[in-house]
Amino acid sequence: MGQHTPLYDAHVRMGGKMVDFAGWVMPINYSSQLEEHRAVRQSAGMFDVSHMCVVDLTGEQTRAFLRKLLANNIDRLQAPGKALYSCMLNERGGVIDDLIVYFVQQNFFRMVVNAGTRDKDLAWLKKQAAAFDVNVRERAELAMIAVQGPAAREHVLELLEPNLRDGAAALEPFFAVPNVDEHDWFVARTGYTGEDGFEIILPGRDAETFWNALAERGVRPIGLGARDTLRLEAGMNLYGSDMTEEITPLQAGLGWTIGWEPADRDFIGRAVLDQQRAAGAGSKLVALVLEGKGVLRNHQEIITSAGNGEVTSGSFSPTLGRSIALARIPAAAKGETCEVDIRGRREPARIVKLPFVRHGEIKVSI
Amino acid sequence: MSNIPADLKYTKSHEWVKLNGDGTATVGITDHAQDQLGDMVYVEAPDAGRSLKAGEACAVVESVKAASDVYAPVAGDVIEGNAGLADAPESVNNDPYGSGWLLKIKLADAAAADGLMDATAYEAFVASEDH
Repeated sequence: MGQHTPLYDAHVRMGGKMVDFAGWVMPINYSSQLEEHRAVRQSAGMFDVSHMCVVDLTGEQTRAFLRKLLANNIDRLQAPGKALYSCMLNERGGVIDDLIVYFVQQNFFRMVVNAGTRDKDLAWLKKQAAAFDVNVRERAELAMIAVQGPAAREHVLELLEPNLRDGAAALEPFFAVPNVDEHDWFVARTGYTGEDGFEIILPGRDAETFWNALAERGVRPIGLGARDTLRLEAGMNLYGSDMTEEITPLQAGLGWTIGWEPADRDFIGRAVLDQQRAAGAGSKLVALVLEGKGVLRNHQEIITSAGNGEVTSGSFSPTLGRSIALARIPAAAKGETCEVDIRGRREPARIVKLPFVRHGEIKVSI
Repeated sequence: MSNIPADLKYTKSHEWVKLNGDGTATVGITDHAQDQLGDMVYVEAPDAGRSLKAGEACAVVESVKAASDVYAPVAGDVIEGNAGLADAPESVNNDPYGSGWLLKIKLADAAAADGLMDATAYEAFVASEDH
């Protein structure tokens, strides 16, 4: 039997269809997944992401540790509260996990990693931390709620304590309020949908009250199904599908997250990335819009003039009304089209530039 | 509780069959099936003239979550596939026993549907699958 988040009872009460996800019992949808998706694009939705793993890193050498650990450059975080998206690589340059790290205060960084990779992430963090004066502390007692959509910030701000509200209202995108308040609440203007909004990390005992207050304001609960179509439209990678330990960031469309400068920052995996950067990575991640019939699904084969590839995340885009995907194809593939084997038929697809959707607007031609 | 009309026959793979009384049958997926699959985004119904064996995959219903085959509950030739579903796949969710029908078959054998479940048996089958 899987683990329950502090919001499990609320999900069941709200009609959530509960499924096993990375060892947790989570709602895949409450009612129509398409309506949930549209609610986030047009108004506001809330997601229980308490299954994700919050890790606090403290100590004199925390920054030095993160310089070594992360492919992105932690020194991009100079202003307290600023967030950074990064991959954590193995020695082969493969992705152990992707994560968000917040610079909270001097010698205090907060990291959020995936639920499905928790065990190996913590083991890796502790192993690498041994050489540094840094304390690695999982915060399993904390819950996490994402509120996303054009009306999301307004709803959240109305519910926050005055102390926290002013700081949250003033946040720029990709910043968090640079302290964990005395009630252990932490508010960041981040998300996984391509919409504005907040992610709120709070004590598990406070989660249901806050969740219910959001629901009373008309914020709709959103399941994992719509969470996946929203992130795909936003062009965001999913760990385990679009990147794995066998795939480097350069092969996963994440070259922009590699902190190449300064050249002497010797982060884990750097040697392989430097080599791929010079000689080519062999494969690349592209975005597809299906022109033919059917629906793009994970693992369908892609046919290009330079060889075959594979759909890594495929679904139907509620905003475009078309099927879309992320796919890995040979780096040498040229041109703006390819073919996809959909249930034994070859259907044409067009290669487009990400994102598909941003702030409610379609960004690709359809 | 899902809707299970008394005048239809059912399969263990959650198709329904309506015997039209003239040697033809209409086929779709049940209310329970559409509820399990979720919002339909693409439906591929067969072309007229195709000859089907009982149990053969004859249509595809794709929800936002996943693709599922639909199996011919009875043998026969396809008279018509529901072309309207190409532009309105949500009919399978909203009206699974009406405008969401998938195909019409000319039965190979008048007794072909005899082995299928009636509504009471199907209801019990769904309940047993849920536990």
